[in-house]
Amino acid sequence: MEAFNIFIKSIFVDNMIFAYFLGMCSYLAVSKTVKTSVGLGIAVTFVLVVTLPINYLLDTYVLRPGALDWVSPELKSIDLSFLSFILFIAIIASFTQIVEMVVEKFTPALYSQLGIFLPLIAVNCAILGGSLFMQQRNFANIGQATAFGLGSGIGWLLAIVGIAAIREHMSYSKVPKPLRGLGISFIVTGLMGIAFMGFMGIKF
Amino acid sequence: MSSSRKQILINPISKNNPVVVLMLGICSALAVTAQVKPALVMGVSVTAVLAFSNVIISLLRNTIPNRIRIIVQLVVVAALVIIVEQILKAYAYEVWGQLSVFIGLIITNCILMGRLEAFALGNTPFDSFLDGIGNGLGYTAILLIVAIARELLGSGSLMGYAVIPQSFYEGGYMNNGLMILPPMALIVVGCIIWVHRSIDKDLQEE
Repeated sequence: MEAFNIFIKSIFVDNMIFAYFLGMCSYLAVSKTVKTSVGLGIAVTFVLVVTLPINYLLDTYVLRPGALDWVSPELKSIDLSFLSFILFIAIIASFTQIVEMVVEKFTPALYSQLGIFLPLIAVNCAILGGSLFMQQRNFANIGQATAFGLGSGIGWLLAIVGIAAIREHMSYSKVPKPLRGLGISFIVTGLMGIAFMGFMGIKF
Repeated sequence: MSSSRKQILINPISKNNPVVVLMLGICSALAVTAQVKPALVMGVSVTAVLAFSNVIISLLRNTIPNRIRIIVQLVVVAALVIIVEQILKAYAYEVWGQLSVFIGLIITNCILMGRLEAFALGNTPFDSFLDGIGNGLGYTAILLIVAIARELLGSGSLMGYAVIPQSFYEGGYMNNGLMILPPMALIVVGCIIWVHRSIDKDLQEE
């Protein structure tokens, strides 16, 4: 039940885009059409769902203060948490590389659709941000960490598809010249964020 | 200093500003702008990491194999960010707590990747250093403008000191709590872009 709660919360209340601005760069750069934004959203969700449990295990059994207890009791006092940035980003970057190669080998059609976005995912703040929030929030088990990854990914997908749809429609409206493109996207995202704040406090 | 080097340093501050023109580094920028102090620390940290990673990658640029350059860049940046984090943890613990995960997110700050790819891989170390400082200053400038607007209107203070006189509050002035909320950072940046592009008409999009 707790995992489901985390899942819902990370989609609506702690939305990666609207509450923490994570992954904004690709969010603004790729949201020109709905079709490509759906592809990128799914890829981000997939990478989040896989890397979060891996990083959770890494954090619990290697990095945390006292985590090396299972190797031998003498290692109990070791605190490796300062290494977490470099290990997390290494896991994410190498996993993105693997996904890219696997997709290229087995489903070339999907690869040509996602091609340019896949390497971009390694430097998407939403992915590393997910791992760092996971570490900060001390989830009780791997199920909760996975639920958080899935929820954050879906929240990100929802946000990017939403803005892409709005931007497609906005091409017909008369926006003041200096505000066109980037400026209005920022303001629309801000307004969407205010709308999403209406979800604050929901609980199951 | 020659004029081309001066251009490298000055250009990113307004004309080629990484945030409002090139759309880079927005990810970890906005969340730290509710107050001026964390925004300033974040700006300085990013500038330092950017300048030094530019120098390191520029020194290594002829030895890095092209296929694995992204991973090499990430490792260099991550190592520098760990150093910055440990320094902040030791000397500015309070700000470190406020910034929390956003220090780690400097690693995936798009400005770093963007400048390393676009500049450091093809230029000499000293030029790259200037480029890093220039882009860092451009980023810090935007962060500070947003943070000043939000802290002044939202909490009536700057750097934690109250600047709006008490007599204003007695006369019925109230702090605008909305400015503290995350979405307002986006709207303030939207307004900065609006003003910036009204002044510099070359930047307007069709």
